[in-house]
Amino acid sequence: MAHRVGMEVSLAVSEAVQMARAEAIAAYPITPQTHIVEHLSSVVANGELEAEFVNVESEHSAISTCIGMSATGARTYTATSSQGLALMNEILFIASALRLPIVMTVANRALSGPLSIWNDHGDIMAARDIGWIQIFVENGQEAFDHSVMAFKIAENHEVLLPTIINLDGFILSHVVEAMEFPDQELVDKFLPPYHPRYCLDPAKPVTMGAFAMPEVYTEVKMAHQTALTNSYEHILKVWKEWGDLTGRHYQPVEKYKTEGAKTLLLTMGCLSEVAEVAVDEMREAGMDVGLLRLRMWRPFPFADLRNAVAGAKLLIVCDRALSLGGAAPPVLAEVRSALYAMRGRPQTASFVIGLGGRDVAPDAFKAIVAQAQEEAQQKPTQEYHIFGVRG
Amino acid sequence: MIEIRFHGRGGQGAVTSVELLALAAINEGKFAQGFPSFGPERRGAPVLAFCRVDDRHIRLRCKISKPDVVVVLDPSLIRIQNPPADLKEGGIIVLNTPKTPAEVRREYGFKHTLALVDANKVAREVLGVPIVNTTMMGALIRATGVVKLESVEPPLKERFGPLAVKNFNALKAAFEQTVIEERRS
Repeated sequence: MAHRVGMEVSLAVSEAVQMARAEAIAAYPITPQTHIVEHLSSVVANGELEAEFVNVESEHSAISTCIGMSATGARTYTATSSQGLALMNEILFIASALRLPIVMTVANRALSGPLSIWNDHGDIMAARDIGWIQIFVENGQEAFDHSVMAFKIAENHEVLLPTIINLDGFILSHVVEAMEFPDQELVDKFLPPYHPRYCLDPAKPVTMGAFAMPEVYTEVKMAHQTALTNSYEHILKVWKEWGDLTGRHYQPVEKYKTEGAKTLLLTMGCLSEVAEVAVDEMREAGMDVGLLRLRMWRPFPFADLRNAVAGAKLLIVCDRALSLGGAAPPVLAEVRSALYAMRGRPQTASFVIGLGGRDVAPDAFKAIVAQAQEEAQQKPTQEYHIFGVRG
Repeated sequence: MIEIRFHGRGGQGAVTSVELLALAAINEGKFAQGFPSFGPERRGAPVLAFCRVDDRHIRLRCKISKPDVVVVLDPSLIRIQNPPADLKEGGIIVLNTPKTPAEVRREYGFKHTLALVDANKVAREVLGVPIVNTTMMGALIRATGVVKLESVEPPLKERFGPLAVKNFNALKAAFEQTVIEERRS
Protein backbone atom coordinates (compact mmCIF):
# COMPACT_ATOMS: atom_id res chain seq x y z
CA MET A 1 0.00 0.00 0.00
CA ALA A 2 1.17 3.46 -0.81
CA HIS A 3 1.72 5.63 2.24
CA ARG A 4 1.50 9.34 2.86
CA VAL A 5 4.57 11.13 4.17
CA GLY A 6 5.59 14.64 5.14
CA MET A 7 9.16 15.35 4.12
CA GLU A 8 11.49 17.94 2.66
CA VAL A 9 11.34 17.55 -1.11
CA SER A 10 15.14 17.11 -1.40
CA LEU A 11 14.92 14.12 0.91
CA ALA A 12 11.99 12.72 -1.07
CA VAL A 13 14.18 12.78 -4.17
CA SER A 14 16.85 10.86 -2.22
CA GLU A 15 14.20 8.35 -1.14
CA ALA A 16 13.15 7.92 -4.77
CA VAL A 17 16.75 7.26 -5.81
CA GLN A 18 17.07 4.79 -2.94
CA MET A 19 13.82 3.03 -3.91
CA ALA A 20 15.06 2.94 -7.51
CA ARG A 21 18.07 1.02 -6.11
CA ALA A 22 20.73 3.24 -7.65
CA GLU A 23 24.04 1.39 -7.61
CA ALA A 24 26.53 4.18 -8.22
CA ILE A 25 26.49 7.81 -7.10
CA ALA A 26 29.14 10.49 -7.48
CA ALA A 27 28.35 14.02 -6.43
CA TYR A 28 29.71 17.25 -5.12
CA PRO A 29 27.59 19.38 -2.78
CA ILE A 30 26.26 22.70 -4.05
CA THR A 31 23.37 24.77 -2.73
CA PRO A 32 20.42 24.18 -3.16
CA GLN A 33 20.99 20.58 -4.23
CA THR A 34 23.13 19.59 -1.24
CA HIS A 35 20.45 17.93 0.92
CA ILE A 36 19.76 15.37 -1.81
CA VAL A 37 23.26 13.91 -2.00
CA GLU A 38 23.95 14.50 1.69
CA HIS A 39 21.02 12.20 2.49
CA LEU A 40 22.08 9.67 -0.12
CA SER A 41 25.62 9.57 1.24
CA SER A 42 24.24 8.82 4.69
CA VAL A 43 21.94 6.02 3.52
CA VAL A 44 24.85 4.46 1.63
CA ALA A 45 27.12 4.84 4.68
CA ASN A 46 24.43 3.32 6.92
CA GLY A 47 24.11 0.33 4.64
CA GLU A 48 20.49 1.19 3.76
CA LEU A 49 21.37 1.49 0.08
CA GLU A 50 23.82 -0.93 -1.49
CA ALA A 51 25.66 1.47 -3.74
CA GLU A 52 29.04 2.95 -4.43
CA PHE A 53 29.12 6.58 -3.31
CA VAL A 54 32.15 8.38 -4.67
CA ASN A 55 33.13 11.66 -3.05
CA VAL A 56 34.78 13.87 -5.61
CA GLU A 57 36.47 17.26 -5.58
CA SER A 58 34.31 18.98 -8.20
CA GLU A 59 31.25 18.59 -10.37
CA HIS A 60 33.50 18.02 -13.38
CA SER A 61 34.81 14.95 -11.59
CA ALA A 62 31.32 13.98 -10.40
CA ILE A 63 29.91 13.65 -13.89
CA SER A 64 33.15 12.11 -15.20
CA THR A 65 32.98 9.48 -12.46
CA CYS A 66 29.32 8.89 -13.28
CA ILE A 67 30.27 8.23 -16.89
CA GLY A 68 32.83 5.64 -15.81
CA MET A 69 30.43 3.97 -13.41
CA SER A 70 27.54 3.96 -15.85
CA ALA A 71 29.82 2.50 -18.53
CA THR A 72 30.42 -0.51 -16.29
CA GLY A 73 26.67 -1.14 -16.30
CA ALA A 74 25.73 0.35 -12.92
CA ARG A 75 22.51 2.31 -12.35
CA THR A 76 24.04 5.75 -11.86
CA TYR A 77 22.81 8.96 -10.25
CA THR A 78 24.06 12.45 -9.49
CA ALA A 79 22.63 15.87 -8.67
CA THR A 80 23.80 19.44 -9.01
CA SER A 81 22.83 23.10 -9.41
CA SER A 82 23.94 26.23 -11.20
CA GLN A 83 27.74 26.63 -11.21
CA GLY A 84 28.03 22.89 -10.65
CA LEU A 85 26.07 22.17 -13.81
CA ALA A 86 28.15 24.76 -15.65
CA LEU A 87 31.38 23.11 -14.46
CA MET A 88 30.08 19.76 -15.76
CA ASN A 89 29.33 21.24 -19.14
CA GLU A 90 31.92 19.67 -21.45
CA ILE A 91 31.33 16.23 -19.93
CA LEU A 92 27.53 16.46 -20.20
CA PHE A 93 27.79 16.22 -23.99
CA ILE A 94 30.02 13.16 -23.69
CA ALA A 95 27.60 11.38 -21.34
CA SER A 96 24.79 11.66 -23.87
CA ALA A 97 26.97 10.90 -26.89
CA LEU A 98 28.14 7.72 -25.15
CA ARG A 99 24.44 6.93 -24.60
CA LEU A 100 24.89 6.34 -20.88
CA PRO A 101 21.61 6.36 -18.93
CA ILE A 102 22.75 8.52 -16.01
CA VAL A 103 19.96 10.21 -14.05
CA MET A 104 20.64 13.67 -12.65
CA THR A 105 18.55 16.02 -10.55
CA VAL A 106 19.17 19.68 -11.20
CA ALA A 107 17.89 21.86 -8.36
CA ASN A 108 17.58 24.91 -10.59
CA ARG A 109 19.49 27.97 -9.46
CA ALA A 110 20.62 31.20 -11.10
CA LEU A 111 24.09 31.39 -12.58
CA SER A 112 26.67 33.88 -11.30
CA GLY A 113 27.20 36.77 -11.63
CA PRO A 114 26.23 38.43 -9.58
CA LEU A 115 26.50 35.45 -7.27
CA SER A 116 23.03 34.19 -6.43
CA ILE A 117 22.11 30.95 -4.69
CA TRP A 118 18.43 31.43 -5.50
CA ASN A 119 16.15 29.91 -8.07
CA ASP A 120 15.76 30.50 -11.76
CA HIS A 121 16.22 28.36 -14.87
CA GLY A 122 19.40 30.00 -16.16
CA ASP A 123 21.50 26.95 -15.28
CA ILE A 124 19.57 24.39 -17.30
CA MET A 125 18.90 26.74 -20.20
CA ALA A 126 22.66 27.18 -20.59
CA ALA A 127 22.82 23.37 -20.86
CA ARG A 128 19.87 23.13 -23.20
CA ASP A 129 21.69 21.43 -26.06
CA ILE A 130 23.60 18.75 -24.16
CA GLY A 131 21.55 15.98 -25.77
CA TRP A 132 19.92 14.75 -22.54
CA ILE A 133 16.24 14.14 -21.89
CA GLN A 134 15.05 17.06 -19.73
CA ILE A 135 11.88 17.09 -17.63
CA PHE A 136 10.47 19.75 -15.28
CA VAL A 137 8.47 19.07 -12.10
CA GLU A 138 6.17 21.32 -10.09
CA ASN A 139 5.80 19.83 -6.61
CA GLY A 140 7.21 17.23 -4.24
CA GLN A 141 5.04 14.40 -5.51
CA GLU A 142 6.14 15.02 -9.08
CA ALA A 143 9.77 15.27 -7.97
CA PHE A 144 9.48 11.83 -6.38
CA ASP A 145 7.57 10.24 -9.27
CA HIS A 146 9.83 11.56 -12.01
CA SER A 147 13.00 10.64 -10.11
CA VAL A 148 11.88 7.00 -10.22
CA MET A 149 10.55 7.12 -13.78
CA ALA A 150 13.72 8.77 -15.12
CA PHE A 151 15.73 5.56 -14.61
CA LYS A 152 13.21 3.49 -16.52
CA ILE A 153 13.15 5.99 -19.38
CA ALA A 154 16.93 6.43 -19.57
CA GLU A 155 17.73 2.72 -19.38
CA ASN A 156 15.28 1.60 -22.08
CA HIS A 157 17.40 0.01 -24.80
CA GLU A 158 15.54 2.04 -27.43
CA VAL A 159 16.44 5.24 -25.53
CA LEU A 160 19.76 4.91 -23.67
CA LEU A 161 20.06 8.62 -22.92
CA PRO A 162 20.95 10.43 -19.73
CA THR A 163 18.02 12.22 -18.14
CA ILE A 164 17.71 15.38 -16.08
CA ILE A 165 14.86 16.07 -13.69
CA ASN A 166 14.65 19.81 -13.08
CA LEU A 167 13.21 20.97 -9.80
CA ASP A 168 13.20 24.57 -8.64
CA GLY A 169 15.88 25.24 -6.04
CA PHE A 170 14.70 26.28 -2.57
CA ILE A 171 11.08 27.05 -3.50
CA LEU A 172 10.64 23.34 -4.14
CA SER A 173 13.80 21.61 -2.92
CA HIS A 174 13.65 23.05 0.61
CA VAL A 175 9.92 22.79 1.33
CA VAL A 176 8.51 20.23 3.74
CA GLU A 177 5.26 19.00 2.23
CA ALA A 178 2.93 16.03 1.86
CA MET A 179 3.62 13.30 -0.65
CA GLU A 180 2.57 9.73 -1.31
CA PHE A 181 5.28 7.08 -1.58
CA PRO A 182 4.59 3.74 -3.26
CA ASP A 183 5.74 0.47 -1.73
CA GLN A 184 9.17 -0.84 -2.58
CA GLU A 185 7.51 -3.86 -4.27
CA LEU A 186 5.69 -1.58 -6.71
CA VAL A 187 8.92 0.26 -7.58
CA ASP A 188 10.81 -3.02 -7.98
CA LYS A 189 8.14 -4.36 -10.30
CA PHE A 190 8.04 -1.11 -12.28
CA LEU A 191 11.81 -0.74 -12.45
CA PRO A 192 13.68 -4.03 -12.78
CA PRO A 193 17.49 -4.09 -12.44
CA TYR A 194 19.40 -2.32 -15.20
CA HIS A 195 20.77 -4.58 -17.91
CA PRO A 196 23.14 -2.57 -20.08
CA ARG A 197 23.21 -3.19 -23.79
CA TYR A 198 26.94 -2.60 -23.86
CA CYS A 199 29.29 -2.18 -20.94
CA LEU A 200 32.96 -2.17 -20.03
CA ASP A 201 33.85 -5.77 -19.39
CA PRO A 202 37.41 -7.18 -19.64
CA ALA A 203 35.95 -10.49 -20.84
CA LYS A 204 34.22 -8.78 -23.72
CA PRO A 205 36.16 -5.65 -24.63
CA VAL A 206 34.46 -2.71 -26.36
CA THR A 207 35.66 0.81 -27.15
CA MET A 208 33.76 3.70 -25.62
CA GLY A 209 34.56 7.32 -26.28
CA ALA A 210 36.42 6.82 -29.52
CA PHE A 211 37.15 9.80 -31.72
CA ALA A 212 35.26 10.28 -34.98
CA MET A 213 36.69 11.15 -38.35
CA PRO A 214 34.78 13.67 -40.45
CA GLU A 215 33.39 10.69 -42.37
CA VAL A 216 31.28 9.54 -39.39
CA TYR A 217 30.85 12.46 -36.95
CA THR A 218 27.74 13.76 -38.69
CA GLU A 219 26.16 10.31 -38.75
CA VAL A 220 26.81 9.79 -35.03
CA LYS A 221 25.21 13.15 -34.24
CA MET A 222 22.26 12.25 -36.47
CA ALA A 223 21.86 8.97 -34.57
CA HIS A 224 21.91 10.89 -31.28
CA GLN A 225 19.31 13.35 -32.55
CA THR A 226 17.11 10.49 -33.76
CA ALA A 227 17.40 8.71 -30.43
CA LEU A 228 16.44 11.85 -28.51
CA THR A 229 13.49 12.60 -30.78
CA ASN A 230 12.32 9.00 -30.65
CA SER A 231 12.62 8.88 -26.86
CA TYR A 232 9.33 10.81 -26.82
CA GLU A 233 7.14 7.74 -27.31
CA HIS A 234 9.07 5.72 -24.72
CA ILE A 235 8.78 8.53 -22.18
CA LEU A 236 5.03 8.55 -22.70
CA LYS A 237 4.86 4.77 -22.28
CA VAL A 238 6.75 4.95 -18.98
CA TRP A 239 4.57 7.81 -17.74
CA LYS A 240 1.43 5.84 -18.67
CA GLU A 241 2.62 2.72 -16.91
CA TRP A 242 3.37 4.76 -13.76
CA GLY A 243 0.02 6.53 -14.08
CA ASP A 244 -1.82 3.21 -14.27
CA LEU A 245 0.01 1.97 -11.17
CA THR A 246 -0.30 5.12 -9.06
CA GLY A 247 -3.18 7.13 -10.50
CA ARG A 248 -0.82 10.02 -11.23
CA HIS A 249 -0.69 10.71 -14.96
CA TYR A 250 1.73 13.07 -16.71
CA GLN A 251 1.77 14.65 -20.17
CA PRO A 252 4.41 16.57 -22.17
CA VAL A 253 2.14 19.65 -22.21
CA GLU A 254 -0.51 19.71 -19.50
CA LYS A 255 -3.63 21.84 -19.78
CA TYR A 256 -5.36 23.67 -16.98
CA LYS A 257 -8.77 25.28 -17.58
CA THR A 258 -8.02 25.74 -21.27
CA GLU A 259 -11.59 25.06 -22.46
CA GLY A 260 -12.69 28.05 -24.51
CA ALA A 261 -9.65 30.07 -23.39
CA LYS A 262 -8.69 32.82 -25.81
CA THR A 263 -5.65 33.72 -23.70
CA LEU A 264 -3.21 31.03 -22.55
CA LEU A 265 -0.31 31.33 -20.13
CA LEU A 266 2.60 28.91 -20.58
CA THR A 267 4.87 28.10 -17.62
CA MET A 268 7.42 25.53 -16.46
CA GLY A 269 8.31 24.18 -13.02
CA CYS A 270 6.93 25.71 -9.81
CA LEU A 271 5.56 28.74 -11.64
CA SER A 272 2.84 26.46 -12.95
CA GLU A 273 0.93 25.83 -9.75
CA VAL A 274 1.18 29.50 -8.76
CA ALA A 275 -0.20 30.40 -12.19
CA GLU A 276 -3.06 27.91 -11.64
CA VAL A 277 -4.15 29.90 -8.61
CA ALA A 278 -4.15 33.07 -10.72
CA VAL A 279 -6.10 31.32 -13.50
CA ASP A 280 -8.73 30.22 -10.96
CA GLU A 281 -9.16 33.81 -9.82
CA MET A 282 -9.30 35.17 -13.40
CA ARG A 283 -11.82 32.50 -14.43
CA GLU A 284 -13.98 33.45 -11.44
CA ALA A 285 -13.83 37.04 -12.65
CA GLY A 286 -15.22 35.86 -16.01
CA MET A 287 -11.97 36.03 -18.01
CA ASP A 288 -11.35 33.32 -20.62
CA VAL A 289 -7.79 32.53 -19.49
CA GLY A 290 -6.19 29.09 -19.29
CA LEU A 291 -2.76 27.62 -18.58
CA LEU A 292 -0.34 25.29 -20.36
CA ARG A 293 2.32 23.63 -18.21
CA LEU A 294 5.33 22.53 -20.22
CA ARG A 295 6.74 19.41 -18.58
CA MET A 296 8.90 17.91 -21.32
CA TRP A 297 11.67 20.27 -22.41
CA ARG A 298 13.86 17.80 -24.31
CA PRO A 299 12.77 16.28 -26.59
CA PHE A 300 10.58 19.32 -27.26
CA PRO A 301 6.94 18.24 -27.72
CA PHE A 302 6.17 20.21 -30.88
CA ALA A 303 2.92 18.45 -31.84
CA ASP A 304 1.54 18.54 -28.29
CA LEU A 305 2.18 22.26 -28.09
CA ARG A 306 0.50 22.97 -31.42
CA ASN A 307 -2.54 20.93 -30.39
CA ALA A 308 -2.69 22.62 -27.02
CA VAL A 309 -2.75 26.17 -28.39
CA ALA A 310 -5.35 25.50 -31.12
CA GLY A 311 -8.18 27.98 -30.74
CA ALA A 312 -6.27 30.45 -28.57
CA LYS A 313 -5.70 34.01 -29.77
CA LEU A 314 -2.92 34.99 -27.38
CA LEU A 315 -0.18 32.79 -25.88
CA ILE A 316 1.82 34.35 -23.05
CA VAL A 317 5.11 32.53 -22.51
CA CYS A 318 6.71 32.95 -19.07
CA ASP A 319 10.45 32.30 -19.02
CA ARG A 320 12.55 31.99 -15.88
CA ALA A 321 15.77 32.69 -17.78
CA LEU A 322 17.22 35.17 -20.24
CA SER A 323 18.99 34.79 -23.54
CA LEU A 324 21.15 37.90 -23.35
CA GLY A 325 21.37 39.67 -26.66
CA GLY A 326 19.26 37.01 -28.32
CA ALA A 327 15.96 37.06 -30.15
CA ALA A 328 13.91 35.70 -27.31
CA PRO A 329 14.18 34.03 -23.89
CA PRO A 330 14.76 30.26 -24.27
CA VAL A 331 11.22 28.91 -23.90
CA LEU A 332 9.72 31.61 -26.09
CA ALA A 333 12.29 30.92 -28.82
CA GLU A 334 11.31 27.27 -28.82
CA VAL A 335 7.59 27.96 -28.72
CA ARG A 336 7.72 30.49 -31.55
CA SER A 337 9.65 28.01 -33.70
CA ALA A 338 7.10 25.34 -32.94
CA LEU A 339 4.23 27.61 -33.96
CA TYR A 340 5.79 29.32 -36.97
CA ALA A 341 4.37 26.95 -39.59
CA MET A 342 1.02 26.61 -37.85
CA ARG A 343 -2.04 28.08 -39.54
CA GLY A 344 -4.15 30.29 -37.29
CA ARG A 345 -1.40 30.34 -34.68
CA PRO A 346 -1.93 32.54 -31.64
CA GLN A 347 -0.09 35.80 -31.19
CA THR A 348 2.73 35.37 -28.65
CA ALA A 349 3.70 37.60 -25.75
CA SER A 350 6.74 37.07 -23.58
CA PHE A 351 7.59 37.77 -19.98
CA VAL A 352 10.72 36.87 -18.07
CA ILE A 353 9.87 36.40 -14.42
CA GLY A 354 11.33 35.16 -11.14
CA LEU A 355 15.05 35.60 -11.88
CA GLY A 356 17.57 34.93 -9.12
CA GLY A 357 14.96 34.06 -6.51
CA ARG A 358 12.58 36.98 -7.11
CA ASP A 359 9.32 35.96 -5.40
CA VAL A 360 6.39 35.22 -7.75
CA ALA A 361 2.88 35.38 -6.29
CA PRO A 362 -0.38 34.74 -8.22
CA ASP A 363 -0.97 38.49 -8.67
CA ALA A 364 2.06 38.62 -11.00
CA PHE A 365 0.27 36.44 -13.54
CA LYS A 366 -2.84 38.60 -13.37
CA ALA A 367 -0.72 41.67 -14.10
CA ILE A 368 1.05 39.85 -16.95
CA VAL A 369 -2.25 38.82 -18.55
CA ALA A 370 -3.62 42.36 -18.28
CA GLN A 371 -0.51 43.86 -19.85
CA ALA A 372 -0.29 41.24 -22.62
CA GLN A 373 -3.95 41.60 -23.53
CA GLU A 374 -3.61 45.37 -23.72
CA GLU A 375 -0.45 45.22 -25.83
CA ALA A 376 -1.92 42.57 -28.15
CA GLN A 377 -4.09 45.35 -29.58
CA GLN A 378 -1.03 47.47 -30.39
CA LYS A 379 2.02 47.17 -32.61
CA PRO A 380 4.71 45.33 -30.60
CA THR A 381 7.46 47.61 -29.33
CA GLN A 382 9.79 45.05 -27.74
CA GLU A 383 10.47 41.33 -28.08
CA TYR A 384 9.89 40.54 -24.42
CA HIS A 385 9.33 42.12 -21.02
CA ILE A 386 11.25 41.49 -17.82
CA PHE A 387 8.39 41.53 -15.34
CA GLY A 388 8.75 43.81 -12.35
CA VAL A 389 12.23 45.03 -13.24
CA ARG A 390 13.20 48.40 -11.78
CA GLY A 391 15.08 51.16 -13.51
CA MET B 1 -5.92 27.82 4.42
CA ILE B 2 -4.05 29.27 7.37
CA GLU B 3 -0.77 31.07 6.73
CA ILE B 4 1.69 31.47 9.61
CA ARG B 5 4.91 33.45 9.55
CA PHE B 6 7.62 33.00 12.17
CA HIS B 7 9.94 35.89 12.99
CA GLY B 8 13.15 34.87 14.69
CA ARG B 9 16.88 35.22 14.63
CA GLY B 10 19.23 32.82 12.90
CA GLY B 11 19.85 29.91 15.27
CA GLN B 12 16.61 30.28 17.27
CA GLY B 13 14.96 27.43 15.42
CA ALA B 14 12.19 29.21 13.48
CA VAL B 15 12.75 26.88 10.51
CA THR B 16 12.57 23.81 12.74
CA SER B 17 9.26 25.12 14.11
CA VAL B 18 7.59 25.49 10.72
CA GLU B 19 8.87 22.10 9.60
CA LEU B 20 7.55 20.41 12.74
CA LEU B 21 4.21 22.18 12.36
CA ALA B 22 3.90 21.11 8.73
CA LEU B 23 4.75 17.52 9.64
CA ALA B 24 2.19 17.57 12.49
CA ALA B 25 -0.50 18.85 10.11
CA ILE B 26 0.42 16.25 7.47
CA ASN B 27 0.21 13.54 10.15
CA GLU B 28 -3.37 14.69 10.76
CA GLY B 29 -4.15 14.07 7.09
CA LYS B 30 -3.98 17.74 6.14
CA PHE B 31 -1.77 19.39 3.55
CA ALA B 32 1.00 21.71 4.65
CA GLN B 33 4.18 23.49 3.67
CA GLY B 34 7.03 24.43 5.98
CA PHE B 35 9.91 26.42 4.52
CA PRO B 36 12.57 28.98 5.42
CA SER B 37 13.20 32.40 3.96
CA PHE B 38 15.78 30.98 1.62
CA GLY B 39 19.34 32.04 1.80
CA PRO B 40 22.60 31.59 3.64
CA GLU B 41 22.23 30.91 7.36
CA ARG B 42 23.43 33.75 9.55
CA ARG B 43 23.32 33.28 13.31
CA GLY B 44 21.65 36.18 15.05
CA ALA B 45 20.34 37.89 11.92
CA PRO B 46 16.56 38.44 11.62
CA VAL B 47 15.02 35.53 9.70
CA LEU B 48 11.57 34.49 8.56
CA ALA B 49 10.06 31.03 8.26
CA PHE B 50 6.72 30.11 6.76
CA CYS B 51 3.98 27.53 7.30
CA ARG B 52 0.81 26.96 5.32
CA VAL B 53 -1.86 24.45 6.37
CA ASP B 54 -4.90 23.55 4.27
CA ASP B 55 -7.38 20.73 3.66
CA ARG B 56 -6.19 20.37 0.08
CA HIS B 57 -2.94 20.42 -1.93
CA ILE B 58 -1.25 23.82 -1.65
CA ARG B 59 -0.15 25.33 -4.94
CA LEU B 60 1.52 28.54 -3.76
CA ARG B 61 5.31 28.71 -4.07
CA CYS B 62 5.82 32.22 -2.75
CA LYS B 63 6.52 33.81 0.59
CA ILE B 64 3.64 34.56 2.92
CA SER B 65 2.94 38.26 2.50
CA LYS B 66 -0.49 38.47 4.20
CA PRO B 67 -0.25 36.10 7.16
CA ASP B 68 -3.13 34.98 9.37
CA VAL B 69 -0.70 34.65 12.24
CA VAL B 70 2.74 36.01 13.07
CA VAL B 71 4.83 34.27 15.72
CA VAL B 72 7.57 36.45 17.17
CA LEU B 73 10.29 34.40 18.87
CA ASP B 74 12.35 37.40 19.85
CA PRO B 75 10.59 40.60 20.99
CA SER B 76 13.59 42.71 19.98
CA LEU B 77 12.49 42.08 16.37
CA ILE B 78 9.31 44.11 16.76
CA ARG B 79 11.13 47.42 16.34
CA ILE B 80 13.24 46.06 13.45
CA GLN B 81 10.71 44.12 11.38
CA ASN B 82 7.27 45.29 12.54
CA PRO B 83 5.95 41.72 12.09
CA PRO B 84 2.20 42.54 12.13
CA ALA B 85 2.50 45.29 9.49
CA ASP B 86 0.89 43.07 6.83
CA LEU B 87 -1.15 40.82 9.14
CA LYS B 88 -4.66 40.04 7.88
CA GLU B 89 -7.64 41.79 9.39
CA GLY B 90 -8.57 39.53 12.30
CA GLY B 91 -5.05 38.09 12.44
CA ILE B 92 -3.20 36.97 15.55
CA ILE B 93 0.14 38.06 17.03
CA VAL B 94 1.84 35.31 19.05
CA LEU B 95 4.57 36.95 21.07
CA ASN B 96 7.32 35.83 23.42
CA THR B 97 7.14 38.38 26.22
CA PRO B 98 6.87 38.60 30.00
CA LYS B 99 4.51 41.58 29.60
CA THR B 100 0.73 41.73 29.95
CA PRO B 101 -1.57 42.38 26.99
CA ALA B 102 -2.22 45.92 28.24
CA GLU B 103 1.50 46.64 28.47
CA VAL B 104 2.14 45.22 24.99
CA ARG B 105 -0.68 47.25 23.47
CA ARG B 106 0.55 50.40 25.18
CA GLU B 107 4.14 49.85 24.08
CA TYR B 108 3.58 48.82 20.44
CA GLY B 109 0.08 50.04 19.62
CA PHE B 110 -1.03 46.56 18.43
CA LYS B 111 -4.77 46.25 17.71
CA HIS B 112 -4.81 42.57 16.72
CA THR B 113 -5.61 39.58 18.92
CA LEU B 114 -2.65 38.87 21.17
CA ALA B 115 -1.35 35.51 22.41
CA LEU B 116 1.42 36.13 24.92
CA VAL B 117 3.72 33.81 26.80
CA ASP B 118 7.00 34.29 28.62
CA ALA B 119 8.70 31.66 26.49
CA ASN B 120 12.21 32.54 27.70
CA LYS B 121 11.14 31.72 31.26
CA VAL B 122 9.37 28.48 30.23
CA ALA B 123 12.31 27.34 28.10
CA ARG B 124 14.82 28.12 30.87
CA GLU B 125 12.76 26.20 33.42
CA VAL B 126 11.87 23.18 31.29
CA LEU B 127 14.70 22.92 28.76
CA GLY B 128 17.41 24.63 30.75
CA VAL B 129 18.27 26.88 27.81
CA PRO B 130 16.47 29.94 26.41
CA ILE B 131 15.73 28.36 23.00
CA VAL B 132 12.09 29.12 22.50
CA ASN B 133 11.07 27.68 19.14
CA THR B 134 9.29 24.56 20.41
CA THR B 135 7.95 26.49 23.40
CA MET B 136 6.39 29.11 21.13
CA MET B 137 4.69 26.35 19.13
CA GLY B 138 2.63 25.69 22.27
CA ALA B 139 1.45 29.30 22.29
CA LEU B 140 0.67 29.18 18.59
CA ILE B 141 -1.36 25.97 18.94
CA ARG B 142 -3.26 27.44 21.89
CA ALA B 143 -4.07 30.59 19.92
CA THR B 144 -5.03 28.91 16.61
CA GLY B 145 -5.71 25.19 17.07
CA VAL B 146 -3.90 24.78 13.75
CA VAL B 147 -2.87 21.29 14.84
CA LYS B 148 -3.62 19.13 17.88
CA LEU B 149 -1.05 19.26 20.65
CA GLU B 150 -0.42 15.51 20.44
CA SER B 151 0.20 15.66 16.67
CA VAL B 152 3.49 17.48 17.31
CA GLU B 153 4.89 14.67 19.45
CA PRO B 154 5.87 12.20 16.66
CA PRO B 155 7.77 14.75 14.55
CA LEU B 156 9.42 16.09 17.72
CA LYS B 157 10.63 12.57 18.56
CA GLU B 158 11.88 12.08 15.04
CA ARG B 159 13.77 15.39 15.10
CA PHE B 160 15.08 15.54 18.67
CA GLY B 161 15.28 11.91 19.80
CA PRO B 162 15.82 11.78 23.59
CA LEU B 163 15.44 15.58 23.85
CA ALA B 164 11.90 15.41 22.43
CA VAL B 165 10.33 14.81 25.88
CA LYS B 166 11.71 18.07 27.31
CA ASN B 167 10.71 19.99 24.22
CA PHE B 168 7.20 18.58 24.31
CA ASN B 169 6.94 19.46 28.01
CA ALA B 170 8.01 23.04 27.25
CA LEU B 171 5.47 23.18 24.44
CA LYS B 172 2.71 21.95 26.77
CA ALA B 173 3.74 24.37 29.52
CA ALA B 174 3.56 27.28 27.08
CA PHE B 175 0.19 26.02 25.84
CA GLU B 176 -1.11 26.23 29.45
CA GLN B 177 0.46 29.59 30.25
CA THR B 178 -0.43 31.51 27.08
CA VAL B 179 -2.61 34.55 27.70
CA ILE B 180 -4.99 35.44 24.89
CA GLU B 181 -6.69 38.77 24.48
CA GLU B 182 -9.10 39.39 21.61
CA ARG B 183 -8.51 42.25 19.21
CA ARG B 184 -9.44 45.81 20.03
CA SER B 185 -11.77 47.47 17.59
